[in-house]
Amino acid sequence: MINILPPRLFILLMLVIWLSACSNDNWNSPYPAADSSENILYRAFTESPKHLDPVQSYSSNEIQFTAQIYEPPLQYHYLKQPYSLIPLTASQMPTVMYFNQDGFKLPDNANVADIAYTIYKISIQPGILFQPHPAFAHDDQEQFIYHNLTKQSLANVYQLADFPNTATRELTAADYIFQIKRLAHPNLHSPIYELMADYIVGLREYAAVLEEERKYQDDDNNYLDLNQYSLEGVQLLDKYTYSIKIKGKYPQFNYWLAMPFFAPVPWEAEKFYSQSGLVDKNISLDWYPVGTGPYMLTENNPNQIMVLTKNPNFHDEFYPSEGMPEDDEKGLLVDAGKQLPFIDKVVFSRDKESIPRWNKFLQGYYDASGIGSDSFDQAVQLVGQGEASVTDAMISQGIRLETVVATSTYYMGFNMLDSVVGGNGLDHEAKESARKLRQAISIAVDYEEYVSIFANGRGLPAHSPLSPDISGHRDGEEGINPVVYDWVNGHAKRKPIKAAKVLLAEAGYPDGIDKETGAPLVLYFDVTARSSEDKSSLDWMRKQFQKLNIQLVVRSTDYNRFQDKIRKGNAQIFEWGWNADYPDAENFLFLLHGPQSKVGNDGQNASNYNNSEYDLLFEEMNNMENSAKRQKIIDQMIDILRHDSPWLWGYHPKDYGLYHAWYKNIKPNRISHNTIKYLRIDADLREQQRKEWNKPVLWPIILLAIILILALIPAIMTYRRREQKSGIEANGRSHA
Amino acid sequence: MLKYIIRRILYAIPILIGVNLITFTLFFVVNTPDDMARMQLGIKYVSPEAIDKWKQDRGYDKPLLFNTDEERIDKFTETIFFQKSVSMFAFEFGRADDGRDIAYEIKNRMLPSLAIALPVFILGLFAYITFALLMVFFRATYLDFWGVVLCVALMSISSLFYIIGGQFLISKLWHLVPISGYGTGLDMGKFLLLPIIIGVISSAGANTRWYRTIFLEEMNKEYVRTARAKGLPEQIVLFKHVLKNAMIPILTGVVVVIPLLFLGSLIAESFFGIPGLGSYTIEAINSQDFAVVRAMIFLGSVLYIIGLALTDISYTLVDPRIRLG
Repeated sequence: MINILPPRLFILLMLVIWLSACSNDNWNSPYPAADSSENILYRAFTESPKHLDPVQSYSSNEIQFTAQIYEPPLQYHYLKQPYSLIPLTASQMPTVMYFNQDGFKLPDNANVADIAYTIYKISIQPGILFQPHPAFAHDDQEQFIYHNLTKQSLANVYQLADFPNTATRELTAADYIFQIKRLAHPNLHSPIYELMADYIVGLREYAAVLEEERKYQDDDNNYLDLNQYSLEGVQLLDKYTYSIKIKGKYPQFNYWLAMPFFAPVPWEAEKFYSQSGLVDKNISLDWYPVGTGPYMLTENNPNQIMVLTKNPNFHDEFYPSEGMPEDDEKGLLVDAGKQLPFIDKVVFSRDKESIPRWNKFLQGYYDASGIGSDSFDQAVQLVGQGEASVTDAMISQGIRLETVVATSTYYMGFNMLDSVVGGNGLDHEAKESARKLRQAISIAVDYEEYVSIFANGRGLPAHSPLSPDISGHRDGEEGINPVVYDWVNGHAKRKPIKAAKVLLAEAGYPDGIDKETGAPLVLYFDVTARSSEDKSSLDWMRKQFQKLNIQLVVRSTDYNRFQDKIRKGNAQIFEWGWNADYPDAENFLFLLHGPQSKVGNDGQNASNYNNSEYDLLFEEMNNMENSAKRQKIIDQMIDILRHDSPWLWGYHPKDYGLYHAWYKNIKPNRISHNTIKYLRIDADLREQQRKEWNKPVLWPIILLAIILILALIPAIMTYRRREQKSGIEANGRSHA
Repeated sequence: MLKYIIRRILYAIPILIGVNLITFTLFFVVNTPDDMARMQLGIKYVSPEAIDKWKQDRGYDKPLLFNTDEERIDKFTETIFFQKSVSMFAFEFGRADDGRDIAYEIKNRMLPSLAIALPVFILGLFAYITFALLMVFFRATYLDFWGVVLCVALMSISSLFYIIGGQFLISKLWHLVPISGYGTGLDMGKFLLLPIIIGVISSAGANTRWYRTIFLEEMNKEYVRTARAKGLPEQIVLFKHVLKNAMIPILTGVVVVIPLLFLGSLIAESFFGIPGLGSYTIEAINSQDFAVVRAMIFLGSVLYIIGLALTDISYTLVDPRIRLG
């Protein structure tokens, strides 16, 4: 039997490979057995980061890495709400000074119109060290070992770890200045350059100088020594102090100082990475960050695994000792005053598909998980008055749920340049008619129902652009949108459809019919190309408009064309969203600021909404610190917006996260990203639970073997029977 | 033979130019260079100046196919199409929009793809041919009948079902292997076992039936009757003579896919967390990275052409009557 041996060999080979890999570890563990009791945090990521250079990195899938490595001068308090800034590497909050056009210092309460410049003076703590890195390594003669690499010396270098020597140096204010200069680097294309060039004095001119210098560079030399060129708006005051000069008054600038864009980058790293041999081997600052943060990136394979390891040079930083009143009860202050970080290593594994990701979480191989729509019912149940809680199955595994409303908003916008929904180019009466039409639609589209059906209840219907936890947002009765809601029995209740119909009739479309032409009202809804799964939500949207007898035509297109339509003002009704960069009302309200309109200004105001009263209030509010007066202005602005209804305010998504029992110090936070340093893992409990949950089940293998053997018996019998027959008889059938 | 190979290489050039042109046209019908710039620079705070600068730095500021501002041949060479395509023929793929070297990325991803694709291919081929021959051996018995029924059942199930079902049973319920992931060295075995088993089983139905058909056709040939008349046992007739003579149709379907094994499998790699090439093209299309899209399509075309040439060459090895002129 020539066929019997190879399958046996195959099975044997497979078993040897399998068993040798399994050892004493759980058989289904995706991690090395040696790591099973280590203080490692395991996370999944779905999209590979494109940029890890703090001057370029902007996406949420990138900042989860960069925020642990780079340290800007400020950060958000981990526990306090609403979000509040505190020093990170800064020794104290920046000193802010105002100056007039003649350079005279103005008092803190100076009139905004008099303020020509603001200077932020920032002092950083001495003694902070960069992570170990070859860029700092030098020989006995104080010469950098790796700053003049040749092709021969790079022959055996494939990754950063292949450089045997590393060193560190102290963080200085010059490193922060160097990074600000990098915002204007012509090769780096920083996404915030244009915005910052409008504020930081001399940044635009600095970019022009660098652009000119770049023309004289040869192809093999990418290094532009930024220290050679001075930038007017940033000054080194002493080794640990620097200042940033910005035009006018921009109180939100402090928030930018808490982002990696303003984190320090050592010039040695820029020089080291710009060597052509390294660039050819994909070894760049964009791939191997150099920071002072609690973690350093020690493995970067974005298609498979990213590993952050504790930075041995990390400076003293301690877990916060105060938080919100409920934090003590939740055990969030148990580690108060303890040295950070708690976790030695963070392993990010790339798992693109939700099913394996979810199952690995249930097996204990990921410490936390989001909840996909396909696993929502398995994980979450609604109790009491719609409050979410984990199911019994989750409770039995010790899994708990934490929720937080994202600092985001999903809205449906009206293009105010459109004659029907915006009343553009028409007289006052027609504009009023368009406004009433928008208000009627605002009542008709039931976002409570939308959130319930399409987001599994994970969202809060919005009453304005401002999401909760943002300064300026109001809760309760004073926070409701009176155009759409009534306050009934302590709750916001959407107005009846009858109210919308009245408004529609007043707009000139009684029962959805244009009273002038007698034609039914048809509106156009522009959306990005949808999969078949989204058909139901579009059908639902059509039904909302049908409540008013308005025909909604869905115009689906790809995202490029959609953006093009918005830029050119060719859409009529569209849906979009916004994630806040920082927790300030300005970062939402500017989305409706007239001078920021898409058409003509390439701004972020996709509705092209333009209301001079709103714009004036915005400009006043924009230059103010949070205060009762500012709140009053914000209230006025929101009243105008609700009255004009340029958006259907949509909803603010709510993030649901599941965490295992061994995962400590969790306080979900959508604005702050450098939070891994606060987390703690009980690795022993995790190992115990993993062992309990993942005992191999062997009976199916035995059963399978029995079935195979049983299946062989009739085959052998048939074979024998055939062999015992005469040749003609045995082959007779094949000739038949 | 050498003449034949040279001719095939020459034929390949216009095919590759055509593939490049079609890829280029389809890509830029959907994405303009401005769209690409916006995708790379981010949606927020992107100014027209930043977009122009990005295009200029990456050579996307030229006309697509025809440059009316230039003279003579430069009308064609000073275009995005020419500038981005000509280096491909020297296998210089350049850099992706995130700055990574594409050739380096392909090299790194190819091995994990092969780690699944090659065992699935070899074991699958061995298993399908063996089962097909056994079904032919037991032809017209209930074993053959139930074998065909099993094949049809296996064919009727989507490959995604095998993956999800396999992960559910073997990894989630029985805890025998990791659900997904990838390792190096001996550690690799436990990650590859499940995708390989599923890879082999998911294609078993269609392939086994296909080989069974081929073998049954051979069974009616005269040399089989002669072999039997000589008194050769049925298993020798099948596994030695029939198998050898059925090689031409087998090779037609098999050799052509060998070079394509390097490109991996999108779904399997995605579900099993294998860091292979399977998803590289899709990810590039989603991020509007033309450099990667054209490189991968070019590579796919070259490998396919190599596969077809190898198929022709393999015919001469199994059938001495065939000569490549």
